[in-house]
Amino acid sequence: MAGSGRAQLRGRDDVLLEVKDLVVHFGAGRRRVVHAVSGVSFDVAEGETLGIVGESGCGKSTVARAIIRLVDITAGEVLFEGRDLAGLEGEELRRVRPRLQMIFQDPISSLNPRRRVRDVIAEGLAVWGDDIGSWSHDRIDELMEAVGVEARHGDRRPHEFSGGQCQRIGIARALALDPKVLICDEPVSALDVSIQAQILNLLQDMKRRYGLTVLFISHDLAVVKNVSDRIVVMYLGKVCEIGSTAEIYSRPAHPYTRALLASIPEPAAAVAADEGDIGDELPSATAPPSGCRFHTRCPRATEVCREVEPVTEPIGDGDHYIACHHPVAVDITARSR
Amino acid sequence: MRSVGVGALMAGDPLLSVRDLHVRFATERGDVNAVNGVSFDLHEGQTLAIVGESGSGKSVTAKTLMNLLPRSARVSGEVTYGGHDVRALAAAGTKHFFGVQMTMVFQDPMTSLNPVKRVGEQIAETLRYHLGRSRSEARSEAVELLDTVGVPEPARRVRQYPHELSGGLRQRVVIAMALACRPRLLIADEPTTAVDVTVQKHLLDLLDDLRRRRGMSMILITHDLGVARGRADDVAVMYAGRVVETADADTLFADMRHPYTEALLRSIPRIEDPVHHRLDPIQGRPPESIDPPEACAFAPRCAYAQSDCLNGVPELDGLLGLHRFACLHPTGTERGAAAMSANQAAGVTAAGMPVGGDR
Repeated sequence: MAGSGRAQLRGRDDVLLEVKDLVVHFGAGRRRVVHAVSGVSFDVAEGETLGIVGESGCGKSTVARAIIRLVDITAGEVLFEGRDLAGLEGEELRRVRPRLQMIFQDPISSLNPRRRVRDVIAEGLAVWGDDIGSWSHDRIDELMEAVGVEARHGDRRPHEFSGGQCQRIGIARALALDPKVLICDEPVSALDVSIQAQILNLLQDMKRRYGLTVLFISHDLAVVKNVSDRIVVMYLGKVCEIGSTAEIYSRPAHPYTRALLASIPEPAAAVAADEGDIGDELPSATAPPSGCRFHTRCPRATEVCREVEPVTEPIGDGDHYIACHHPVAVDITARSR
Repeated sequence: MRSVGVGALMAGDPLLSVRDLHVRFATERGDVNAVNGVSFDLHEGQTLAIVGESGSGKSVTAKTLMNLLPRSARVSGEVTYGGHDVRALAAAGTKHFFGVQMTMVFQDPMTSLNPVKRVGEQIAETLRYHLGRSRSEARSEAVELLDTVGVPEPARRVRQYPHELSGGLRQRVVIAMALACRPRLLIADEPTTAVDVTVQKHLLDLLDDLRRRRGMSMILITHDLGVARGRADDVAVMYAGRVVETADADTLFADMRHPYTEALLRSIPRIEDPVHHRLDPIQGRPPESIDPPEACAFAPRCAYAQSDCLNGVPELDGLLGLHRFACLHPTGTERGAAAMSANQAAGVTAAGMPVGGDR
């Protein structure tokens, strides 16, 4: 893994969002630099859900935040509807933001505690209302009902709702401006198990109802599999493996992807349990390892991995790309999908 | 002997036994019944997993055992450890019992460690206070302990501060502290919730290995049925302050009886499910623990609920140590099947929840 490269870009007409060689650095004092995202490329077709998985510190949330410019982009392009978001400033950037909306991990702290939830949901409309045509409070009622919060509770404040209800309100707020792209950053990680499934089903329903394209970030491999059409596996700011969900889960080829699939309490059938033994020390992002960034933990690493960074290349005959010098043999004669 | 020891247990006697534990907190809005009559036994060398969601009372149960509840908590019931009455030991202010015989590992290692003290000193402190070790003895034992829990370069790590360690290493340090006085019982409260899956696996393997090598007993508190399935001998599922089902792990997962256990397991996305598989969520949300009605707490969310579920709280039936469940219409039984088909025919349960729909 730990690779750059653009082989995975499909160049299809229906690509809505294309991230090319994205780099995000953060200053860490004393002239040290955190290499949070180092040359990541992927695209998302209209109506698709792209899942991004990886351990904490892999840069998955930073990629999401960079796309909507919540963090500064150091280098690279983010093409959306024919424009490079990386270069937009001021009014131009402001105008594009309603098109990409985000929901966050902690549903309660992402809502202003002093405001009534109806106003929280309506705020975007109040700001943008004149630009997107007429709107009324019926629209807020409709959104609340759509996400499963009774409209008559609109005058309550966030603390009067449970975590699951707050996440529903966060979703309604994100949908109010009729976005094209919904970015979900660990949207169910803070919720109780019995509530997670409700929110995941709701996101699927909203995606269909409002014609959304979704970027779904999570550390939970089973959740990501459930929602995604395509998956990116990231490690220390790089792409390891990318492909259709069916390919990634049935024929994982990157040692890191395989380690993740072997680490969960009830491991995936495609991998052996001991493939999860990769140690628990993530190298520092201020001084990432040379060559393939995964080589310090990789059971298959050799000299070339320490010296040469792998680039993404297609593997097999399906929608499947990998950045690895020693991919785990994938049975390419097997029926694709 | 500075600590309260455990004599040789009679064959078959449990190390820990909890009977009819109740914990109540007074709040401005009324009494919160956090734990409502929990009973279980834990035998030497065994692992009991307590599974539940937030508010189920699983952590309050653990904190009661460890005498960590605030003064405002009102506790009743019996807790016996190796023949000692644990609540009497707590009331007497016994010094070298909690943290020695019985220790606990918490969810977030950053809040259980002192951020301005080297980790070696924190481990040594435990050894000096409880076991009366000298400064130099404690220091070298701290290095050994870090080695035992798989911290690389322990001699260097003892001199580091918590912020210099990764989340996984911090949790290992916390485990080392918990093991310092050779406890017979380790309570792990969501020990891997704050760490990545790759780290989770290693920590669970470590705990399992330590338990086996040291003959410890363990209570593993988790919201994750998958974790409980692979690691526990016995499982107790809690809901609204009660154990609603308990059995050995194999029986519980193969032959579950309580509709909550079944619904919880069904609602979780699994890695072997097909892509875009429609999930089967539990409707509604957990009940308020203030003034709960005298009814099965799960009835409002239960697809099997009948009118008798709303009249009185079902007892946890069966003998202690065997498969027990608190349900009048258990899943996998004729009564359960009859209740389900009646509800499906009516399109609604006795508690008013629509059945057969989705969302």
